[in-house]
Amino acid sequence: MIQLNINGRSQQVDVEPDTPLLWVIREQAGLTGTKYGCGVEQCGACSVHINGEVKRSCSVPVGSVKPGDRIVTIEGLSRDSSHPVQKAWVALDVPQCGYCQSGQIMAASALLAKNPKPTDKDIDEAMTNICRCGTYQRIRAAIHMAAGTGKGGGSIIHMGADGPGARGVPAGSDLKPGREEVH
Amino acid sequence: MNRTHSGKSTNISRRKFVVGSAAASGGLALGLNIPLGAGLAAAQAVNAEINAWVVVKPDDTCVIRIARAEMGQGTHTGLAQLVAEELECDWRKVAIEPINPGQNLARKRVWRDMATGGSRGIRGSQDYVRQGGAAARIMLLQAAADEWKVPAGELTVANGVITHSASGRSTSYGKVAAAAAKLTPPEPKSIRLKNPREWKVAGKPMMRLDTAPKVNGSHAFSIDLKLPGMLLAAIKECPVFGGKLVSFDESKIKDRPGVRGIVRVGETGVAVVADSWWRAKSALEALPIVWDEGPGAEQSSATIAAHLKEGLTASDAFADTDVGDAPKAIAAAAKKIEAVYSTPFVAHACMEPMNCTARITAEKAEVWMPSQNAEASLAALSTASGLPLAQCEAYNHGLGGGFGRRGGTQDYVRQAVGIAKQFPGVPVKMIWSREEDQAHDFYRPTGQCKLSAGLDSNGNLVGLHFRVSGQSINAYLAPAAIKDGKDVRQLQGYWKEPGDAQLGYTVPNMRIEYAMRNTHVPVGPWRGVNTNQNGIYLECFMDEAARAAGKDPLEFRRALMQNHPKHLAVLNAAAEKGDWGKPLPAGVHRGIAQFMGYGSYSAAVAEVSVSGKGEVKVRRMVLALNCGHAVNPATIAAQVEGSVAYGFDSLQNEISIQNGRVVELNFHTYRPARLFQMPKVETVIVPTYDFWGGVGEPTICVTAPAVLNAIFAATGKPVRTLPFKNHGLTLV
Repeated sequence: MIQLNINGRSQQVDVEPDTPLLWVIREQAGLTGTKYGCGVEQCGACSVHINGEVKRSCSVPVGSVKPGDRIVTIEGLSRDSSHPVQKAWVALDVPQCGYCQSGQIMAASALLAKNPKPTDKDIDEAMTNICRCGTYQRIRAAIHMAAGTGKGGGSIIHMGADGPGARGVPAGSDLKPGREEVH
Repeated sequence: MNRTHSGKSTNISRRKFVVGSAAASGGLALGLNIPLGAGLAAAQAVNAEINAWVVVKPDDTCVIRIARAEMGQGTHTGLAQLVAEELECDWRKVAIEPINPGQNLARKRVWRDMATGGSRGIRGSQDYVRQGGAAARIMLLQAAADEWKVPAGELTVANGVITHSASGRSTSYGKVAAAAAKLTPPEPKSIRLKNPREWKVAGKPMMRLDTAPKVNGSHAFSIDLKLPGMLLAAIKECPVFGGKLVSFDESKIKDRPGVRGIVRVGETGVAVVADSWWRAKSALEALPIVWDEGPGAEQSSATIAAHLKEGLTASDAFADTDVGDAPKAIAAAAKKIEAVYSTPFVAHACMEPMNCTARITAEKAEVWMPSQNAEASLAALSTASGLPLAQCEAYNHGLGGGFGRRGGTQDYVRQAVGIAKQFPGVPVKMIWSREEDQAHDFYRPTGQCKLSAGLDSNGNLVGLHFRVSGQSINAYLAPAAIKDGKDVRQLQGYWKEPGDAQLGYTVPNMRIEYAMRNTHVPVGPWRGVNTNQNGIYLECFMDEAARAAGKDPLEFRRALMQNHPKHLAVLNAAAEKGDWGKPLPAGVHRGIAQFMGYGSYSAAVAEVSVSGKGEVKVRRMVLALNCGHAVNPATIAAQVEGSVAYGFDSLQNEISIQNGRVVELNFHTYRPARLFQMPKVETVIVPTYDFWGGVGEPTICVTAPAVLNAIFAATGKPVRTLPFKNHGLTLV
């Protein structure tokens, strides 16, 4: 039996000690927000916090986790999606398919815990998780938003200024023809 | 942060409402993924189904049913906008509910096509879903008119509130829904849809309806499914395409903890079934397996390239376009240029690996899967289980990426059924390892293209001749689609017919040919499909031709596009917003490209620098799109941004073949774009409101050529052989 503390709850699991923490989280603890993507620490879909540090749980043997280690998964990041990173993710509609986003959010929240005002370069270096939908531009903007560093812009949209397309923009729409809009 | 649409189309309280109402209705909204058969029946008992598309609850919530799959592209939100627009309901009280293929079948396909590919999710269903919303509105108004005994024509409706001004009465959709549901639907021909220029909900950058469960881990993907008594399976197919399973020595693993069985899967695979996936996978890796690799084992990237090269000059090609006499015009031209381009196989690499859960009894067969075509999943289930369709049901989940991988092929569904049949009554969830996913994709086909052009003494293009040689997707997946041995699909984007993927250039002498050269490697549609390689071949060669002519690449193109005003308008829009011709910082260069696919017109400008060490930095990309009607500009921007990241596969990735099998088996060798490589992307939406074009795919095919043309501008050397590491280049 191996004792784990996941999201503040202590529990015992009966698995081989070389089982990756990812699969214990998903299959024994039943917390499926943490995803399997590659199994070789490349994609980051399995990112969790261990004692506040972001770790790729696919490559952490559960036997190496100490009973006192605090494991936090996406389900434990906040009770009600109220972590600033989650709120920024919602505000900017970051997810597309959503599969990698638990890991992205865990990586971003760990970054901000260490570096509350990251630069673009800091974000480049810390956020190496793979997103096949390509939500990176909004991820960067959402991290800046969560950090309170204000601008950064998610999507930059130019609506057509000429022709029927411009007239087609409905009255009262927030997207004005010919103007740059930042989401 | 300049959130210009906050307060109107962005509304956090609405989002809470949708999630809250979903919970209250037993998990009917997207994301909770409770099997819908039971949920739908329960909902109908208390809620009023006005028609197949619209269910109204007593609290005025309008549940909009969606048949197409959501894989991140935003189709669910866009279709809901179109229905809500005609329905005139309160957008803040909209919830969406996917349907199952068994339900569709049982109701004579009232929801029509469920297939989600080819950027057709919205353009392929916009007419009948808008009709559905309008019909429901008419019935709801009629119910109020009947109750008040006034003509329906005297009523007005806004945000789901019906008003009779003359008598000062008003009511809401929730109050009249039960009566409306009993009315006879209006004649479809009598329904007039709104002019899109008057849209209030559609056409606006509405927030997606499916975000909330994607930020807290609660969105249940197929891979996350839990069923009582469920077992887990890991699978391995013969690593060489076309090879077969000979034998395996189960004595080596059968006593490992948790292992419940080792089973053959068809003639080509073996699976280990255990009480956890990790135990199944670990045991499978320790299982001695003997394969009959077959003749495919002799193939490699080099043999495949030689096979394609032969097609560049072979006599069996066919010309889909043959205007004037291109070879003669080129031979007689003042200046001739020629180039051969090549593009490799690439993989979909969906973040959620292929998976499927199946439960098979003598009377009932069920699968839970991530599918771009749930009806194809249902059909695969019926065939593989041997049970008639009426005894089958397929429960689709929001997909962790699709990109064309999870459409018609349904290989993973057949496998899961093949495994579960050997454990009757027990749900078995099969999950592919990443390595299996990379090794058994339906790859974007490899191709080569030989291009020749002739320029007159003024640098005008007088002749253009190009020959594509490569593998055919239809030959692998849909041979019946090939007419008279001529597979025009491989020439996507070069077609002369308007409307879908038309070539935007007029050249007095032009010949466009295709030589089919198939391989043993499975191929299939990959986001953007053949526009990807075809866009690279032609648009990069256009820059080579422009340089030979001593002309600006934009002006060179414009001169050839006067007969194609829509292509030209989008190119101009990209050039304008992309600051074409304006000064750049030292060392930064621009490239431009345009192409058409999926009924939409696309163009891109890339700003790129190249270091002495071959480090390519894409700083900024401006992409323009005319998709006819722009249902949700914010979602369109997300798709455009995503197509840049996905399109970078065309630059830096390849699936190579050694000894008949795939070399790049995980993300250390197959490297999807990462955040640090992502340029600043600007989306230019120039809808002309006179057609319905696709959004998910069209811009991907201009991404790579715009970058490659900027590299050409920076270095003076064309990049013709991809991935570009072949030229010593890396994306930083």
